[in-house]
Amino acid sequence: MTTPSMDPDGSGRTGRVAAIRSATRARTAPLTVPLAAAGAALTVAGSLTPWATFFFGYPGKVTLTGFPGGARLYTLLLAVGLLLVVARIAGRRRAVLACALGIVAISVGNLLAIASSGGGLGAVAYGAWLTVAGGVLGALAGDAVREPADSERNLRWGRLWVWAPLEILLIALVLGGLLVAIVIGLKINESSAFVSYLAFLGFAAAAAVALGAGTLVSYVSERHRTVTLAAAAITAAAFPFTQGGDSYWIRVAASIGVFAAAAIGLNIVVGLAGLLDLGYVAFFGVGAYVSALLSNATFTTVHVHVPFGAVIVLGALTSAFFGVIIGAPTLRLRGDYLAIVTLGFGEIFRIVANNWDGLTRGPNGISGVPNINANGFDFGQPHTVFGIVLPGFANYYFLELLLVAGVMVIFANLNRSRIGRAWVAIREDELAARAMGINTVALKLLAFAMGAFLAGAAGTVNAHVTTQVSPDSYTFLESALLLSAVVLGGMGTLPGAVLGSTLLFVIPEKLRTFQDKRLLLFGLALILMMRFRPEGLIASRRRQRELLSEESGADAMSQPGQVARA
Amino acid sequence: MSTPLVSRQRGPDPGGGAGEVLVARDITKKFGGLTAVNQVSLTVRDGEIVGLIGPNGAGKTTFFNCLTGMETPTSGEITFRGRRLSGGADRITKAGLARTFQNIRLFPFMTAVENVQVGRHCRTRTGVLSAVFRGPRHRREERESIQRARELLDFVGLSRVEAELARSLPYGDQRRLEIARALATDPGLLLLDEPTAGMNPQETRDAMLLVRRIRDTGLAIVVIEHDMRFIFSLCDRVAVLVQGAKLLEGSAEQVQADERVIEAYLGAPVVGAPVDGASGDAETRS
Repeated sequence: MTTPSMDPDGSGRTGRVAAIRSATRARTAPLTVPLAAAGAALTVAGSLTPWATFFFGYPGKVTLTGFPGGARLYTLLLAVGLLLVVARIAGRRRAVLACALGIVAISVGNLLAIASSGGGLGAVAYGAWLTVAGGVLGALAGDAVREPADSERNLRWGRLWVWAPLEILLIALVLGGLLVAIVIGLKINESSAFVSYLAFLGFAAAAAVALGAGTLVSYVSERHRTVTLAAAAITAAAFPFTQGGDSYWIRVAASIGVFAAAAIGLNIVVGLAGLLDLGYVAFFGVGAYVSALLSNATFTTVHVHVPFGAVIVLGALTSAFFGVIIGAPTLRLRGDYLAIVTLGFGEIFRIVANNWDGLTRGPNGISGVPNINANGFDFGQPHTVFGIVLPGFANYYFLELLLVAGVMVIFANLNRSRIGRAWVAIREDELAARAMGINTVALKLLAFAMGAFLAGAAGTVNAHVTTQVSPDSYTFLESALLLSAVVLGGMGTLPGAVLGSTLLFVIPEKLRTFQDKRLLLFGLALILMMRFRPEGLIASRRRQRELLSEESGADAMSQPGQVARA
Repeated sequence: MSTPLVSRQRGPDPGGGAGEVLVARDITKKFGGLTAVNQVSLTVRDGEIVGLIGPNGAGKTTFFNCLTGMETPTSGEITFRGRRLSGGADRITKAGLARTFQNIRLFPFMTAVENVQVGRHCRTRTGVLSAVFRGPRHRREERESIQRARELLDFVGLSRVEAELARSLPYGDQRRLEIARALATDPGLLLLDEPTAGMNPQETRDAMLLVRRIRDTGLAIVVIEHDMRFIFSLCDRVAVLVQGAKLLEGSAEQVQADERVIEAYLGAPVVGAPVDGASGDAETRS
């Protein structure tokens, strides 16, 4: 039974390489280049001509000829990407397709939006149609490019060693670009314009990744770890200075920080140890309640004030304690059963908080939580740094940065220790892990407690950011959102959890019009992710390998043990 | 090989008789009405290789599972170096019994060296705090664990693929890696469950050499195997399991000469059928 599995990696490898070589040489359809050129030309023409027949306040000056702005500018930029068909670069097929689909998505989306807000298709001018046509032609051209669909060839970027200062410059440019992109994005107020912008960024990033930019950046940043980390910290710290004293987005960013810290904690439980926890937000709630109760809030049941430094530790420890209490009886369960039990415990927490009037004030919650005051430094006060006024929320933002950084260090260091290895081993084969002397119950409990600890720490800060805690903030929905943040961003990675939390927070803030359909949209997004990029936006290398090999069934044969178990 | 392969586990015997590593007494395992292992006893002494053979379904792997704590025996007692073994698989591995699996169970998406490092888990004790703050113990143990893992990979001949994923290794290498991983737990007794299953003749010969080299370091080994050449050229003693019970135990010659063994593998001879030469067929796997 196991014999046939021996071959694919032995003699098979050379055969596969040969196949890839011949596929690279394979002819691309002759019409590709003219098609792409025509698509690009049409798109450029479309982007320079009006998209709406009359002026009704649609963003991006869409009635003007020339002056491409907003959506039209994005299609113009993506049109340049279509010209990649002539470049002999690996990955151009996916890059061209990404650009073309980006043009189609942006133009069709705006066309529909113009039609609906302008009172019918009569409001749509020829420029929009031209752009759609250009995008479709581009997609056809991209589809005609013949290229082997092998995801590993771009690894050659990783082996490329450029001059170190240049590499550091690249890191600075990427991070700076990210900050600029965020600041620009946050300044866009109209929903449609913001969606167009997001689509542009998404498709442009997909094209860049197809060409190997992702691999290049990840390898370069790995080579200059310290520099990258410092640069990322500086970039993150620079954000409040870009807001001109306005506190709105800084406040959102502080909430993202709380959320991201909790998501990273959840990532330990789900991403490393492979335990599906659907009641995770309860731990976050425990931290928040501890913090609110010990802050001497306006409406509270316990009139004590404990310094915040002690509260954060206390909240985290209480939460970890509950993690152990809940984990000890449940962690013998596996997979779906564990998920159901944790779901139940999450609900128990909410219901207890809702009914224990003597401590939690029931559904009223504890409100009027004061600002943190550390040694006379009041977190509610604005401060002026380098002549720029930072609103009060900036203090919380910086505190969050510290918290997220700390949580990241904990995650990364655990991941690269014997404990992290044991977690991954448990996830990959629990029985074999036990046979290797790993006390799986204790380690799973540890993962659970670590996750709860970090969520509790995040919760203590959150009580101060939102100034009130009440049971309805800790529903199953919040657990599901945290989990989506982890899955969307990429299980088992740090930037993934941060990116996932950011998207899940910023998009609803921006799309007020879709507020009530927000969960529907997240659901759709997750389904699409599972279909097209199951490893998440930023994939951990191990996860990516696991998921990629699940897709190609033949490969799975080289692990006879798995076949036997299936 | 200068590698100090055999652990600190060995050493002066705390009890038990003449260098007895493992004593299993009257192990019985029932699954509902089915008795998979019936009153099997086995003693393994220092530095010997004991073979465990028997037709498919004879209960060999179940017996292994009982020894290594993956199944709890219905009755019977196991002592390892004079101490009674109890508890789950992890505690038994920590006590000094390491095993490989009939169908390889590596951690497929970890690299070869990471797989072996997982084996070091039960011999290291870095805690959460030390790991989070990269404390001195963490750094020392991490250094030692990777060094030991590399030594073991070198010992089984896999140094060149230490950074490859376990799943991408050729079949024979996966078997070796599993052995290296088991050795990383510093065992006092190594249990190999069909180490040559699915191997070609060349790989089988390499596996034999490897097992012999492990034995030469002084480690006791119990091996389940269907390849009779492997069994008879390596094992000091062979136990035959048939339908859950131990049919016989003895030297390779004794077992080879025993009519009942041949009968167990091939069924009772039909009256008048030639019996001679049948022992050669016993090598073929079902």
